[in-house]
Amino acid sequence: MGIETEAVGGWRLAVGKKRIREMQSSKIEVRNIRKGFAKDDGTALNVVDGVSFSVRDGEFVAIVGPSGCGKSTLMNIISGFVQPDQGAVIIDGQPRNKPNAKGILISQHGSVFPWLTVRENLMFGLNGHAPANKAELADHYAAIVGLTGFEKAYPHELSGGMLKRAELARALVVKPEVLYMDEPFSALDALMSLRMRNELLRILAKERHTVMLITHDVEEAIHLADRIMVLSPRPTRIQATFDVPFAHPRRLSSPEAQELRVAILRELGVDSYGD
Amino acid sequence: MGEDRLAYARMVVEVESLIENKNDMRKVQQTLPALAVLAVLIAAWWASVAITKSVIFPSPWQVVTGTIELIEDGTLWMHIGASLMRVGAGFLIAVIVAIPLGLWMGWVKGAYATLNPLFQILRPISPIAWIPIAILWFGVGNASPIYLIFISSVFPMIVQTTVGVHTIEKRYLRAAENFGVSRYALFTQVVIPAVLPQIIVGMRIGLGVAWLVVVAAEMIALRSGLGYMIMDSRNAGNRYDLVIAGMIIIGLIGLLLDGTMRMLEGLKLVRWRYGH
Repeated sequence: MGIETEAVGGWRLAVGKKRIREMQSSKIEVRNIRKGFAKDDGTALNVVDGVSFSVRDGEFVAIVGPSGCGKSTLMNIISGFVQPDQGAVIIDGQPRNKPNAKGILISQHGSVFPWLTVRENLMFGLNGHAPANKAELADHYAAIVGLTGFEKAYPHELSGGMLKRAELARALVVKPEVLYMDEPFSALDALMSLRMRNELLRILAKERHTVMLITHDVEEAIHLADRIMVLSPRPTRIQATFDVPFAHPRRLSSPEAQELRVAILRELGVDSYGD
Repeated sequence: MGEDRLAYARMVVEVESLIENKNDMRKVQQTLPALAVLAVLIAAWWASVAITKSVIFPSPWQVVTGTIELIEDGTLWMHIGASLMRVGAGFLIAVIVAIPLGLWMGWVKGAYATLNPLFQILRPISPIAWIPIAILWFGVGNASPIYLIFISSVFPMIVQTTVGVHTIEKRYLRAAENFGVSRYALFTQVVIPAVLPQIIVGMRIGLGVAWLVVVAAEMIALRSGLGYMIMDSRNAGNRYDLVIAGMIIIGLIGLLLDGTMRMLEGLKLVRWRYGH
């Protein structure tokens, strides 16, 4: 009898611990976010209409949605640049209302400073390091993204793909806990975009980060993410969620991946069989 | 004979190396039409003086001999030096005032709202209109023209700097905000470098205006400077050859000053803005 009680007690304890662990490991918690903008004629334009989800520590979550659905607004809110009208973003248990270096936003058009060299760009966010260490750290991350030899180059001397690498390295060098990527590779050509995806996966295998990716490219989402959320047209809410259970390196041509792609596209209102 | 041949061979090599350098060739080709226009103009000037048999208006050659005369007695360098000194002083003070003020007005909305209307009123007032007041305040020494140069070049530089701050792309400011850098780093590594190309444009405009004004300012009461030289040449015996020589020298120095400012646009730090 005594043993059984203890076992039950132990089971209860285990459940309790698991729940605590689950709560702790929820890196980002988005709680019922709403956001509207005032239109020129004075009426309100509802953009984000009650979005809730959570992201585990180290998870890669992709958000796909039709263009103009409010993806970027949602990302701006989650990364702290825009305040929601309602709801909250909780990061590590703390409400977030300002951007900080723990979560770096990489946007479509990029923000590598054109007046600084690659090395100076990478050193930009490094506060509180000795200058020599800064340069060393910057060069280390330049090497990680394959920019060795270009540390002293100015951004206008780089190609589009190299600029993206510099942007990625500048984010990684401050060791952010979260990477917010808003259509990071959509300005690149298809080949370069694919190359950058592989590069990102290679880096993430080395350095774990929690990643939130916004994209309109379903294939990119399947290639990269652990979980894909599909947004509805404006005012946007989460319409469906898909787990991506495939191990890396992923074969996008596999029947399972194709099936997932079709299912996601169907959620987006596109029928695509066979191609 | 042998030496002649050697010299000829050297010349051929030199010419060939010139031709090989396509950039140089293109530059030469680009300046050819401009030189042709100048040549035609000088020829027309010469012809009209010859035809009208004008006694007062000098021929190009008289201007050249007049210039040589000025060089030989040393007064030309003295006048150029005096003018450049005044422009340098007035322009430098204007730069020191305009850049911090422009940055402040661009960054702080309240500063812009307070000062911009005042500057917009002061800006269109011609420096020539300031001359009586400048004399009243600063007398007829060097301070008057320096003040006139300052007042004429300071506003364009303030305006350009302010515009520069206002047109910094938001994505760069957001990135700086994201990395959570200090205010000092934000200014030294983002705001000022982002505005620098506009500041240089402002300085180019400012220096151009300054040079324009120094000559006008020197026509009043000073004993030196290119403006004084022109007025003095006319008053002391209708030396129109020296008047025209002065005008041409003013034009050439203005070109040189602008070229110097344009070299700033070639700095690596700002080349991102002007294209490669």
